[in-house]
Amino acid sequence: MSFSWAKAYEPKNPFMRWLDERLPLPRLVYGAVGGGYPVPRNLNYWWNFGVLAGLFLTIQIVTGIVLAMWYYATGDGAFNSVEHIMRDVNAGWLLRYTHANGASFFFIVTYIHIFRGLYYGSYKAPRELVWILGLVIYLLMMATAFMGYVLPWGQMSYWGAQVITGFFGAIPLIGEPLRVWLLGGYAPDQAALTRFFSLHYLLPFVIAAVVVLHIWALHIPGSSNPTGVDVKDEKDTLPFHPFYTAKDGWFAGGVLLVFALVVFFAPNALGHPDNYIPANPLATPAHIVPEWYFWPFYAILRAFTTDFILPAKLWGVLAMFASILLLFFLPWIDKSPVRSGNYRPLFRTFFWILVADVLILGWAGGQPATALPVAIGQITSAYYFAHFLIILPLISKFETPLPLPRSITDSVLHGEKQESAPAGVEPGTTTIAGEGSSRK
Amino acid sequence: MADVSVTAGDGVRRRDFLNVAAVSFAGVGAVAAIAPLLVQMSPPADVLALSTVEVDISKIQPGQGIKTVWRKQPVFVRNLTPKEIQEANAVPMSELRDPQTLAQRTKPGKANWLITLGVCTHLGCVPLGIGEGENKGPFGGYFCPCHGSAYDTAARIRSGPAPSNLFVPDYEFTSPTTVRIG
Repeated sequence: MSFSWAKAYEPKNPFMRWLDERLPLPRLVYGAVGGGYPVPRNLNYWWNFGVLAGLFLTIQIVTGIVLAMWYYATGDGAFNSVEHIMRDVNAGWLLRYTHANGASFFFIVTYIHIFRGLYYGSYKAPRELVWILGLVIYLLMMATAFMGYVLPWGQMSYWGAQVITGFFGAIPLIGEPLRVWLLGGYAPDQAALTRFFSLHYLLPFVIAAVVVLHIWALHIPGSSNPTGVDVKDEKDTLPFHPFYTAKDGWFAGGVLLVFALVVFFAPNALGHPDNYIPANPLATPAHIVPEWYFWPFYAILRAFTTDFILPAKLWGVLAMFASILLLFFLPWIDKSPVRSGNYRPLFRTFFWILVADVLILGWAGGQPATALPVAIGQITSAYYFAHFLIILPLISKFETPLPLPRSITDSVLHGEKQESAPAGVEPGTTTIAGEGSSRK
Repeated sequence: MADVSVTAGDGVRRRDFLNVAAVSFAGVGAVAAIAPLLVQMSPPADVLALSTVEVDISKIQPGQGIKTVWRKQPVFVRNLTPKEIQEANAVPMSELRDPQTLAQRTKPGKANWLITLGVCTHLGCVPLGIGEGENKGPFGGYFCPCHGSAYDTAARIRSGPAPSNLFVPDYEFTSPTTVRIG
């Protein structure tokens, strides 16, 4: 119930009234995703990706529960049980490919969701906690995805587990004992596999719980919007249902279509052939890389090649974790009072440079560790930190933002007016009162 | 705006039709998506591949029986003595809860080979009576220790809570000394 004009739940059916008086669950749903939640009327398609992330979390949990019915978390049985799922279990191939590619799609929609937030300043007051809870979800997703990737116990699984737990070995003094403690051995083995399976089953439910907090925190101020201007009155909003349920539903259908194309026609396109070789603790694959969604971080990890006060290994790990921890401080790094990148020309330019930088980082992280990709990774890593630590504070200090619309409604009507005007001719002289001032 | 003028009257609006069509389409998709989640629970291909088993019966003397395994369930293969066959044939059909003759429960000319699942039809325990010295029950066939169902020498239910005779699986003699069950 974010705005005073939010409609209260009024059960029409006597059973619902009976239920509502005892357990106001229908009221909760109505106020959260029903007609009782007013949403800015001008949201564009970039605002669909939060719901999509929720959809893919659901797909992952449902298919994961089913896969766990057939999976054996044993060093001897894990690989074969996955092959058994693929070959013998009814529709097992479909469930496993859905789960494996569902992880990739979960990250795709989450990355778009995060960059949406970066562009439109969704992290700014009063939504700092929404942003921070989102980052917590993202960290949990990374842990869950990593542990899930270990479970098939193929070559990439095994060596992924070896390398990622090796991060902890970089910590001075306690590093090595910590790594051994995490693995329950000196190298990944039964103990590591079983605990990864246990946590891989647990963490998605933790994610779901933090998603509830994320949405709860969001629903206090309500969604941001492409203008970044606060909602002023009822004219600026539409009820979530039916307007955004319909839009989300339609968009989800389209994305599921793309998802189905990948699952059915290119199910291994995002995976690694090496993971179809059973884990061999005595031979590392020639080219070992993580899943694509970790590539930018992998490039940052590899960017440190010489010791400088601290060992290069420790620098790499620190920089990799810092690249995400940095984002927790973003609401206080970017001091500009204007939220939306649409009204911040300089910010917008550097936003797109950052997008390109992260894409190049991703490319560099996916390449074998040879001189050129590592060098490119070093430059783009440096730029990544420079963006948040130097460029962004300077922009928010010196940039002159464009004039903001007076209200969401104003901006929407203004847009339509301009579109309907003949090319090269200023919109008609019959200006709506107040419209002129919005363009001062 | 167009549909507003249409709404002016009564009946179904174009918008209603579109709503119903869109939601139904999504509903069909959702139901289709549930199918793999349900079919995965059925026995997988490797379990179905265990559905036949060959048993060598050359070593079973009259009056003896063996326990073998078919689809992870015990199967009793028993070589009846002439006396046991006689006892089974002497029972009037009217006394049986699940009327079947021994001939109906064996292969023609092989009336001494009684092959049944070793699973009590009450609640699935394994009855006693196939092993040497086990309690064969009051009717000389099998006796289920769980709830006291007693079967006769044709493995027909005679007393106790079980509703029907021990199940006779599909089988055939592939040679005089080999049986293929399933």
